[in-house]
Amino acid sequence: MEYGFTTAAYVVSAVLFILSLCGLSGQESAKRAVWYGIAGMALAVFATLVGPGSGLWLLSILLIAGGGVIGYQLATRVQMTQMPELVAAMHSLVGLAAVFVGLIAHIELGRVMAMDAEQKQALEGFAKLLAKKDGVEVSILRVELFLGIFIGAVTFTGSVVAYGKLAGKLTSSATKLPGGHMLNAGAAALSLITLIWYFNTGGVLPLFLMVLAALFIGYHLIMGIGGADMPVVVSMLNSYSGWAAAAIGFSLGNDLLIVVGALVGSSGAILSYIMCKAMNRSVISVILGGFGGTTGPQMEVEGEQIASDADGVATALEEADSVIIIPGYGMAVAHAQQNVAELTRRLRAKGKNWRFAIHPVAGRLPGHMNVLLAEAKVPYDIGLEMDEINEDFPDTDVAIVIGSNDIVNPAAQEDPNSSIAGMPVLECWKAKQVFVSKRGQGTGYSGIENPLFFKEKTRMFYGDAKASLDQLLKMIQ
Amino acid sequence: MVGAGVAGLAAIGTSTSLGAITLAFDVRPEVAEQVESMGAEFVYLDFEEEQADGAASGGYASVSSPEFRDAQLAKFLELAPEVDIVITPALIPNREAPELWTAEMVAAMKPGSVIVDLAAEKGGNCKLTVMDEKIVTDNGVTIIGYTDFPSRMAAQSSMLYATNIRHMMTDLTPEKDGQVNHNMEDDVIRGATVTHGGEITFPPPPPKVQAIAAKPKEVVPELTAEEKRAAEVAAFKAQTKNQVTLLAVGGALLLAVGLVAPASFMQHFIVFVLSVFIGFQVIWGVAHSLHTPLMAVTNAISSIIILGALMQIGSGSFLVIVLAALSVFMAGINIFGGFLVTRRMLAMFQKS
Repeated sequence: MEYGFTTAAYVVSAVLFILSLCGLSGQESAKRAVWYGIAGMALAVFATLVGPGSGLWLLSILLIAGGGVIGYQLATRVQMTQMPELVAAMHSLVGLAAVFVGLIAHIELGRVMAMDAEQKQALEGFAKLLAKKDGVEVSILRVELFLGIFIGAVTFTGSVVAYGKLAGKLTSSATKLPGGHMLNAGAAALSLITLIWYFNTGGVLPLFLMVLAALFIGYHLIMGIGGADMPVVVSMLNSYSGWAAAAIGFSLGNDLLIVVGALVGSSGAILSYIMCKAMNRSVISVILGGFGGTTGPQMEVEGEQIASDADGVATALEEADSVIIIPGYGMAVAHAQQNVAELTRRLRAKGKNWRFAIHPVAGRLPGHMNVLLAEAKVPYDIGLEMDEINEDFPDTDVAIVIGSNDIVNPAAQEDPNSSIAGMPVLECWKAKQVFVSKRGQGTGYSGIENPLFFKEKTRMFYGDAKASLDQLLKMIQ
Repeated sequence: MVGAGVAGLAAIGTSTSLGAITLAFDVRPEVAEQVESMGAEFVYLDFEEEQADGAASGGYASVSSPEFRDAQLAKFLELAPEVDIVITPALIPNREAPELWTAEMVAAMKPGSVIVDLAAEKGGNCKLTVMDEKIVTDNGVTIIGYTDFPSRMAAQSSMLYATNIRHMMTDLTPEKDGQVNHNMEDDVIRGATVTHGGEITFPPPPPKVQAIAAKPKEVVPELTAEEKRAAEVAAFKAQTKNQVTLLAVGGALLLAVGLVAPASFMQHFIVFVLSVFIGFQVIWGVAHSLHTPLMAVTNAISSIIILGALMQIGSGSFLVIVLAALSVFMAGINIFGGFLVTRRMLAMFQKS
């Protein structure tokens, strides 16, 4: 088996990966797309094992199998509400793997450089590849693996922190060490200095310092970002893990790594962009953390929050012809999606026009709500995106807000001084009646009052989302 | 139907139930909803002014501005040739009946048409009306100016009056025990009360009629074909400019890299740039609802880094083997976990 075969296999798997991403444009084709991805990955691993992946292949297979068992356990046990955590945790693995692979490249480079010509002839596999490089190429290689390690390390600690925040193990509010962004800038500057240092000497010390700095940047950067910005963070980390793979691909001279890394990197970048756009914020402001300063006093909210009980909601639902549900992170936290789905089934059976309005940043992961609803067997064709459904609210009898807050805040449109002014929101207050299922009177993540709760046609339905829906289910048969 | 007060609404109800196509007009736009609820079509004027003051005067219209009147008359003249029956019940308290249907409009009507002027006793909404008489104009339009409708249909009038009195009594005795509960908060009772508890309570305050704001009709300026084309051309130009700038900058950057980098690097670099390009093209097409599966799948395929570890695992020292083995292991978790969880998620998406 020569390298020709490996390259051919890489081309095929690259095509399979691209097809796999293409297939995600629709729910039905997506089911086929996963298999493209799996086939591509299997082919790539196989081709590497028989080709350049010299020796120790028994150990490799054992390790893959071992990892596979753990991965299988994780994938089958994870709850759909925990998807954001799982994705973040997996990103950290990719990041760490990238760091290790980069370090190995560095070690090998050092070893090969120390050899004389005769010894180089005797080398095999990866080391042989390194031995062929001349002066300029070695320099470039250093930059590449430096970048790979840097991005990998940032991804690693960033993902670990993101995991902690999403799993509730760390506080989800934005916290910064004293010094704030200056610390990040300092660490970045240090990394730049070590890059030059490493470029010239190739020593271990600059590399080591850089890893420390990168680990710190990853930690501090993500610590400074609050809970509701998590969709952006997770997709950003997704993007980083891709760029890390691409950088490693450069240093190893492996085109498939570059292709896949670039695909993943651009995918994450686009996702981050879409998320930011949905919140009307720039990527910079998300990274800098917290909400920017407001330009004036916020509009005073007048009126009072009027509470309603399950009876009232049940009656309104029985009478309504068209209902729109707006799920948010609160539904995920309360694990209420099954109850929502059950309510949906019962009322749809009565011929009601029952739909879901899904804001792009609802939840803690892009598309989080869609997955939760799909898990509860809510048909995907009644889940509509913001642009599709916003104009339907005036013709809707009842809108039910379950555990979302900022994405239904009319202040975004009405109050130019609000800190979320201009953010696209679901215009549920245009419906004839609005019910808000919410745990208490607190404000949302952004900490601003939601005038929706004080509107005349809004009724607050206090309590844990799941318990509230349980009550409703008893009344609606 | 010109004027949609109590009498107007009743007439609308009767005529629609007889199968007539009924158009109704009132100076108070807030009654549009009531009119439409009775099955008639409300005639909107193309006129912008605060018109909602009618609700404050207890359901009666007040005098309107000359501009409004002009718009109203122009609209009526436009409708006159089309309608067969015109009913004008418009009376304003303590005033002569407003002229709503001019001689010009009567002349424009078809022969055989009928005008029922319920305001005849105050001069009539149509100036051709003769009080207490039925006349036929030169062009064959009948104008009815009777003022004694109640006596012309005595049985119905008595029944109507009795029904009203009975409802009044029901209002006065909510407990149904014969005891009068004189509730001065009730609009009807308050309005009918002259003295109460030894005090003169006349005149009553104006009743609280809930005004329903009329929908302001949004006028979207219709773009002409030329304007549309100009906008399209401008958008196209902007897009072209954008793309050309991007391409030029990207191309220049590539060339700059190419000047310093060796050929072996450029080979990989081309692959990289093309992949980024493909990635951008492909990802825009992904459905919003599939963003979570997309992340899971990209996560799974980003563990392609396993290839790097596999290539290195066989060469070198013990440290290299340990690090590479760890990488392979972690990537293995990722590959299986990522793909399986994606599959699990996608299997859940079901069509209704």
